[in-house]
Amino acid sequence: MTENPSESHPPGPIMSRRETLQATAGAVALAALPPLSATATSAPALDTNTVTLTMTVNGRAQTLSVDPRQSILDVLRETLNLTGTKKGCNQGACGACTVLVDGRRIVSCLTLASMHDGAQIETIEGLEKDGVLHPLQEAFVEHEGLQCGFCTPGQIMSGLGCIAEGHAGSPEEIQFWMSGNICRCGAYPGIVAAVADAAGRT
Amino acid sequence: MSVSLIGRPMTRVDGRAKVTGAARYAADFNQPGQLYAVIVSATVGLGRVTDVAAAEVERAPGVVAVLTHRNAQKLPYLPHKAGIDPAVGERLHVLQDDNVRFYGQPVALVVADTLDHAERAAAALRITYESRQPLVDPTDQRAEKIVPEAANRTRALADRSRGDADTAVARAAVRVDETYDMARENHNPMEPHATVAAWNGDRLTLWSKSQYLVNEQAEIAAIFGLPAENVEVICPFIGGAFGTSLRTWPHVTLAALAARHVGRPVKLVLTRKQMFFTTGHRPRTRQRVALGATPEGRLTGIIHEGMGETSRYEQFMEALTNVTDYLYSCPNVRTQYRLTQLDTGTPNHMRGPGEASGIFALESAMDELSYKLGIDPIELRRRNEPQMDEAENKPFSSRSLMQCYELGSERFGWARRTPEPRSMRDGRLLIGMGAATATYPAFHAPASARVRLLADGIAEVEAAASDMGPGTYTSMTQVAAEFLGLPPEQVRFRLGRSDYPQTPSHGGSWTMASVGSAIRAACVEAQAQAARRAVADANLPVFGASVNDLEWSEGRLRRRGEAATGLSYQDIVARTGVPVEAERSAERASEVAERYSMHSFGAVFAEVAIDPDVGTIRVRRIVGAYGIGRVVNPLLARSQCTGGMIGGIGMALMERTVLDPRDGRPVNAHMADYLMPVNLDIPKLEAFFVDEVDPHVNPLGVKGLGEIALVGTAPAIANAVFHATGRRVRALPIHIEDVLTA
Repeated sequence: MTENPSESHPPGPIMSRRETLQATAGAVALAALPPLSATATSAPALDTNTVTLTMTVNGRAQTLSVDPRQSILDVLRETLNLTGTKKGCNQGACGACTVLVDGRRIVSCLTLASMHDGAQIETIEGLEKDGVLHPLQEAFVEHEGLQCGFCTPGQIMSGLGCIAEGHAGSPEEIQFWMSGNICRCGAYPGIVAAVADAAGRT
Repeated sequence: MSVSLIGRPMTRVDGRAKVTGAARYAADFNQPGQLYAVIVSATVGLGRVTDVAAAEVERAPGVVAVLTHRNAQKLPYLPHKAGIDPAVGERLHVLQDDNVRFYGQPVALVVADTLDHAERAAAALRITYESRQPLVDPTDQRAEKIVPEAANRTRALADRSRGDADTAVARAAVRVDETYDMARENHNPMEPHATVAAWNGDRLTLWSKSQYLVNEQAEIAAIFGLPAENVEVICPFIGGAFGTSLRTWPHVTLAALAARHVGRPVKLVLTRKQMFFTTGHRPRTRQRVALGATPEGRLTGIIHEGMGETSRYEQFMEALTNVTDYLYSCPNVRTQYRLTQLDTGTPNHMRGPGEASGIFALESAMDELSYKLGIDPIELRRRNEPQMDEAENKPFSSRSLMQCYELGSERFGWARRTPEPRSMRDGRLLIGMGAATATYPAFHAPASARVRLLADGIAEVEAAASDMGPGTYTSMTQVAAEFLGLPPEQVRFRLGRSDYPQTPSHGGSWTMASVGSAIRAACVEAQAQAARRAVADANLPVFGASVNDLEWSEGRLRRRGEAATGLSYQDIVARTGVPVEAERSAERASEVAERYSMHSFGAVFAEVAIDPDVGTIRVRRIVGAYGIGRVVNPLLARSQCTGGMIGGIGMALMERTVLDPRDGRPVNAHMADYLMPVNLDIPKLEAFFVDEVDPHVNPLGVKGLGEIALVGTAPAIANAVFHATGRRVRALPIHIEDVLTA
């Protein structure tokens, strides 16, 4: 799921993600896919089936037929065409894909949609209400919490999580709890100022 | 408009789009009926493809095509080179033969109906290779240093000499002669390279991440043998690039090739791992700097010999040694630049390309010299401050290095520094303070822009420029508003389309100088046209006047000296409804370039705290003072500077791409393993600008900022590490183990 495994591994038997899930009983292990595991049964398991599930995205209920290997990120971007959420690394390491799932911030690239039937998902597209920006969105513009803007949706969703968790008590605390979101342009001082400002307003 | 818009700290005009997810980057341009392409990258470092088991995956669910050198269309690959392409060598041709030149080279492309199907099939595609061991280490005995063939074509990259530096250094009373290494770095912008390609007959549209749209258009047209006007490149937003999107890399060709093959739009996004293969990198360098000085600290000789890595198929050159002969006053200077050809992809420009690496060596050596002399490092620079560019024998158009040191010293509190290494502590932590000079050329390239004054009072401004994060949208809006005399809300600046007026690449810190000057020229021309139209209109009060008797101020046309309300653009344009449209180009006059040496200068100060027991290094604060001419938007400029400092922290303490010597595989091609500064790594960062008026450099008086913001930070940190520990680390990034035994 994370990347094209042929970049780093010689060809060999490949497990489907479903098999990996069964074999490891945990989504975390997916980050290390593909293990050239002996549990793989036959030749490349290229067959797929789809899973039907319901998700509420930004308040709208969606019934979706997804590939069981699809991440929430890919469902948002490629199935629902909600491209505000960004794919920066697809390795769970950069935070650009952060969204809120049932109120918690998660990296949507490492989260399988099929494991979140019934979930409430909030993305950057859902924050603006009736043409009015969320205070955190406003604060990002005011405090220069962005440059290129690519990590910004993830930073803002993560910032919402950070504030909701009660981790925005001081600039140092914000720095710690926002360190899962990389900003290569280096807008970090503005990001901290924006989260602190919004935390103070709400 | 009594207050100038240039110089105003305006927030970003595209801020709202960026915080709502409305800003669309290349991979966000999903097209109806779009298919997905995934690149299969070579898993050997050198050799050839002997077999591709394509049939196995062609039957897989959703797969539409598997492209390899066996079935891909043979492309014309007509000659084409832009200034950002290496002058010597030929770009990589993809899927045209069975050769594998480096690890990760694209060897196949899978196209499928969904991303998951394409990824799955690409992962299952079995490729057999015949492989040999590549040479990927420039310090390997077998790696041969070559004189770059293009070395003497440009001033910047040639071997240069004045006086007799070798003798001067050999005879100097005080000498430093050391070797400095810098690791290979990857740009790692947050946005992966991406292209969505769609054909309509023989016309191609590319929604593609590019810092140089008009060249991407020309390059792809040359590769496919099309007239340039058949290719359109669209890129309104860039998710960071730092140089990696200056060139048009093979994935753009692959996306277009696939789209033509399947007859549908194709989206191709590189994986993060692939971002380490074929999209360039800051080359690993090894440099020797030798300095000779009198006991009083006057430089008598400077030798700077630099080596950078390149690929086998192209000679990538950067300005590794070219600041050395103008930065300080010295009668004897010799610089040399060599390349080592390796079995890797071609490097390319990365923020402060060459200068950042070169100045790490030079400014480390200057710091070493200051300790040998027992002279304060800033005082040493003062004693060697030149009155002119001694390499070119020209005056500087402006040079504020000493003012930068003064301002920076004061804001940083340099006076509190005790000179002896290991002499400053905070509790058990070793404290170090270091400084370094930053400099970067004030480039200017020909550019054009168009202004359209509409009947509703809006001014549309267009240029094929880019905004990878510095705030081009905002700063160009300010420039246009300033010269038209309009509030910025009435200016709509658009960029990111190859069919807009041509601009140079979005790099080299020349966007504001080049595109800004073109916008200024187009605004002035639009005003002239509007005035001519007004005096020809019998229903307007200025009818029949000579345009020479009229003047524009605050966006209104009046007779000179009259207090009348005057005419707005809207008053004039609305008469006919036909917009006033003006397109103009601007470039630096050759006599100005002949007469002056034009560079930005800065002074960077860093404080580090090092745990003497475990060797952890933390940057506690950085202060930068810069002389960059006019600052168009202080808010954006400070962001550029602090962002550059953060890049410098990465360069000094974290960033390196490690290649497996057996096959050339980047072993840390992952955003958790290629270390970059995260929020918690960031100390207090402060940027200041000295008041600098440069009447020569360009009509706007701007000298550029993006690169110099990074240059100088890494040596300031390295010098602070020495001050803290007494341990001189001459290889970046500096690691815990480098200072553990200090």
